Amino acid sequence: MKQTGTPESTSLFQESWRAFKKNRMSWYSFVFLIGLTVFAIIGKIVTINVATFDPSAIRLADKFSPPLTAYVDAEGGQGVSPVFGVYWFGTDDLGRDVLSRMLEGTSVSLTVGIVAVGISLIVGIGMGGLAGYYGRKKILFITVDTLIMRIVDIMLCFPAFFLILTVVALLPPNIYNIMIVIGLTGWMGTARFVRAEFLALREQDFVLAARSQAIPEWRIIFIHMVPNAMAPVLVSAVIGVATAILTESSLSFLGFGVQPPDATWGNILSDGKQFIFDAPWITFIPGLSILVVVLAFNLCGEGLREAFNPRLRRQR
Amino acid sequence: MSRFILNSVVQRVVLLIFISFISHAIIHLAPGEPSMVDPSNPRLKPEDIQKIRAAFHLDDPLHVQYFYWARDLFSGDLKSFKDNQPVLVKIWERFLNSLPLFLVATILTWTLAFPLGVRSALTQGSIFDKVTTFMSYALISIPGFFLSYICIIIMVKQLHYPVIGMQTFGLENAGMAVSLMDRLEHIALPAFMSAMGGIAILSRYVRSQMLETLNQDYIRTARSKGLSEDTVVYHHGLRNALLPFITLFGLMIPGLIGGSVIFETIFAWPGMGRLGYEAILSRDFPVILTLNFFAAALALAGTLISDILYAVVDPRIKL
Repeated sequence: MKQTGTPESTSLFQESWRAFKKNRMSWYSFVFLIGLTVFAIIGKIVTINVATFDPSAIRLADKFSPPLTAYVDAEGGQGVSPVFGVYWFGTDDLGRDVLSRMLEGTSVSLTVGIVAVGISLIVGIGMGGLAGYYGRKKILFITVDTLIMRIVDIMLCFPAFFLILTVVALLPPNIYNIMIVIGLTGWMGTARFVRAEFLALREQDFVLAARSQAIPEWRIIFIHMVPNAMAPVLVSAVIGVATAILTESSLSFLGFGVQPPDATWGNILSDGKQFIFDAPWITFIPGLSILVVVLAFNLCGEGLREAFNPRLRRQR
Repeated sequence: MSRFILNSVVQRVVLLIFISFISHAIIHLAPGEPSMVDPSNPRLKPEDIQKIRAAFHLDDPLHVQYFYWARDLFSGDLKSFKDNQPVLVKIWERFLNSLPLFLVATILTWTLAFPLGVRSALTQGSIFDKVTTFMSYALISIPGFFLSYICIIIMVKQLHYPVIGMQTFGLENAGMAVSLMDRLEHIALPAFMSAMGGIAILSRYVRSQMLETLNQDYIRTARSKGLSEDTVVYHHGLRNALLPFITLFGLMIPGLIGGSVIFETIFAWPGMGRLGYEAILSRDFPVILTLNFFAAALALAGTLISDILYAVVDPRIKL
């Protein structure tokens, strides 16, 4: 039903969505990331259930086969061949199929990124929300706002990567500790955004209206205010996933990352670096995959930032 | 002004003390300590472990350990657990190695990022703009060590260029000019690699800042007065667009310690980042704590400097 004369009414979200779709690079990155998620889920299922994709199958006879080498069954029909009998991405120093390991690593790498960002979002929104909404309340002699912002300042003073390294080196290295540590060292930006948004939103009429209807405070905060403060948070979350994947790979490079037998792109890359002259594909395949995926996250985040902030949209 | 400086110095000192409490607590409460670095060593008997723990005051309560650390740090005789060398001397030696790397990287970052950013802002939407935008995203997204490995392979295999360490082995007694050139050759690649991310981020920032400034009313006024385009862009535009970067300058100081762990490890550069990495591996608590302390002090000093510079440069801000 199209009205004549007046322009079609669009909500803020629809308008942002349209602006986002117009930005071709970001839109393709978004589609790519959706595809990657599906790929990661399929990869997770397949690597666990199908013997062809078993990432820990060791075939020492085939070690360091370059990509696209055909598989020759040396065990008289007993061996499990890789997909279509070809090592699409070659094999590593133990003769494991790099394609299967990359498939397994996709879901692990993405999970590390997403869970780490999830943790930093929860802490960041919680802290920022407290500081913004209850900022004027006093605990003993300082206000909540001062207290929380000082904590943020303290956290910002630690050199982030050095802190992560210290904690990860001292804790037992498993995948959960790494997610938690990356998450807990990355929430300060979110807290600042949310606080700033909350300080502005608190004075708005719709919050006053909600309060006048005796709606409980947690409902005002989470149902009424948080959705309005989401735009900058969403942007920093998308870019945060990219940073977390990079941080995980750097940690793996130094030997503190996710430990074997769990494969992530980071530790496939750092395992491969010692064979870089003989078997460059073990280094280049995960390296380029990280580049492409992190690039997609960054472009997608940047597109969202432009879409949500009309001042940044280009005049067309 | 002096009131503001005094105030913020006091505030930052208080923050610094809190930071040292927290980092002390994190490091001592986390599992793993120097006596457990080599658990499989059969010659390390329980008595020995007891002796080590007693010698390093590891049996004392946390606040007593903190007191020992602070006292030793300020009297200057804080000793490393690993080799019993004075920590401050160790850090100073490594600092002298890190400093040239940091300076060259910073100079590269600032001299390359500004022209790139300004140019892509002025030619918004052109091929140049699109290419630099894409390149800077690509540089942010590539793992630094992966890029470094690619560069090392190219440098070593194709160009036969020295990359590892601070100088070529055996050139210690060479003449001034030769050893200077040798140093420069060795510093080029690590400095460029650590500047890469900075160039990418900073040039983006310069671009958006410049675009925003060029949309201001006073630029339109300047144009309507009939000033030449160069005067408008560089005199009225760029000078105003540069203001926020003064803050950034202060914020880049802590990169001296924290930002260099990966690159110093790859290029075997004996700097502070690597010192920290080695200290973490051997659970050398005094070194880790002192490095953390200095890093935090640098970060706080950086914010203070940027606040003051901002007030000095921008007359609209009164402290």
